[in-house]
Amino acid sequence: MNEIVDSFGLALGMVLRLDAALVEIVLLSLKVSLLAVALAALIGLPLGAALALARFPGRHALIVLVNAAMGLPPVVVGLVVYLMLSRSGPLGVMGLLFTPTAMIVAQMILVTPIVAALTRQGCEDLWAEYAEQLRSLGVGGVRAAATVLWDGRLALVTALLAGFGRASAEVGAVMIVGGNIDHVTRVMTTAIALETSKGDLALALGLGLVLLALSLLVNGGAQLVKEAMAER
Amino acid sequence: MVRALMFIAALLGLSGGAAWAQETFITLASTTSTEQSGLFAHLLPLFKAETGIAVRVVAVGTGQALRLGEKGDADALLVHDRAGEDKFVAEGYGLDRRDVMYNDFVLVGPAADPAGAKGQTSAKAALQKIAAAKAAFASRGDDSGTHRLELRLWKEAGINVKPASGQWYRETGSGMGPTLNTAAGLDAYALADRGSWANFANRRGLAVLLEGDPVLFNPYGAILVNPARHPHVKALPARAWHDWLTGPKGRAAIGAFRIKGEPAFFPSAARR
Repeated sequence: MNEIVDSFGLALGMVLRLDAALVEIVLLSLKVSLLAVALAALIGLPLGAALALARFPGRHALIVLVNAAMGLPPVVVGLVVYLMLSRSGPLGVMGLLFTPTAMIVAQMILVTPIVAALTRQGCEDLWAEYAEQLRSLGVGGVRAAATVLWDGRLALVTALLAGFGRASAEVGAVMIVGGNIDHVTRVMTTAIALETSKGDLALALGLGLVLLALSLLVNGGAQLVKEAMAER
Repeated sequence: MVRALMFIAALLGLSGGAAWAQETFITLASTTSTEQSGLFAHLLPLFKAETGIAVRVVAVGTGQALRLGEKGDADALLVHDRAGEDKFVAEGYGLDRRDVMYNDFVLVGPAADPAGAKGQTSAKAALQKIAAAKAAFASRGDDSGTHRLELRLWKEAGINVKPASGQWYRETGSGMGPTLNTAAGLDAYALADRGSWANFANRRGLAVLLEGDPVLFNPYGAILVNPARHPHVKALPARAWHDWLTGPKGRAAIGAFRIKGEPAFFPSAARR
């Protein structure tokens, strides 16, 4: 129990004095996870809209596949990305292993199905409402998808937040492809794992509290964005 | 909204990205025991101040470190499994293996010592006591240097732990720290390197029960990944690290490292 009490003090102390090591780790965590979500959005939003609107053979199978991929185990994704980026792997010449870029790629793979699946769900509900009207106006294809995405943007914020939650909370993938290198690839979750390894449970939990606070900030920010969009 | 996210991401990229690209660095695959002891935090700034070379440490078990070397994903290694190290060099993956430093392993367990391991004169006898009592034992189970030694010790003690796995013999499949956390939680015995133990904060009821048996000797070796096998390795800066670590300055720095006032690693004798 002492650890839990101590961890609050430690977390507060680190945040209040803007502990340099903590700031570095927090910034890298944010950078990696936000970029991963941004890239996942570039793929997942159009993919989700296409799955909602387009009719083609194998669509249902693809939807099941995307839904199932929401449960991709981070460790497995990390391992596959590691084998790809390893010097002995097909993309080894790029020298990306143990860099933040490798971590972004791994998290992007984890987040894309979440964004795509939630986008499809949101767009499908809207499409049920809009389909007839848009068709009568002669709007189809990409423009119809864009319309549905735009009108469903509030729901899409939630999809992106779910993706961000997944990215910022996972440790298995970034540990393998990042290597938890101090000052280079150490992020909040791998730092927490390291402190737990050292048996410094209070510090590990303190870092966990900071991570929670960070998640709260990002979600609070997104809520403000949502409200601003809703007023327009 | 996507654009807003991208914008934020780009800002972050500008603030933190520049530092990664230019500096000269090597990747060192090493063990959790050295990382968790705090040794690298002591050594690397000294080396960097002198040479300008940053050393990026990926801390994994010795088995995995050797595999990283085999695949060419590290430039140099610092590991502790002599048999594995010699094999790595013999197969052409590594060059110029050198003794760096040593410490020892300790047998830790609940202070109440239900198996009566304390007071035994050898690790072998202590393990036999633990097996006879079927007292909980937390094993690394991760093909690390510590795990490999532990398996050799069980073999020498004439005990087959395989059938006991999941019973009193618990394979955690994780690093030294998590295994010690498990041992602390289960009141189990465990084999630990002295560096990790010295720096381990969550001991609860655990104490050192046996130490000093010569079989618990724990030597660390430095190896360069062979540029003939992996032409992309950073041979020159890796060589600079190798020479520094095993030279007078590296040895002095290792000898000066303390955990809570106690020396944790002893530099190996100078090379002839």
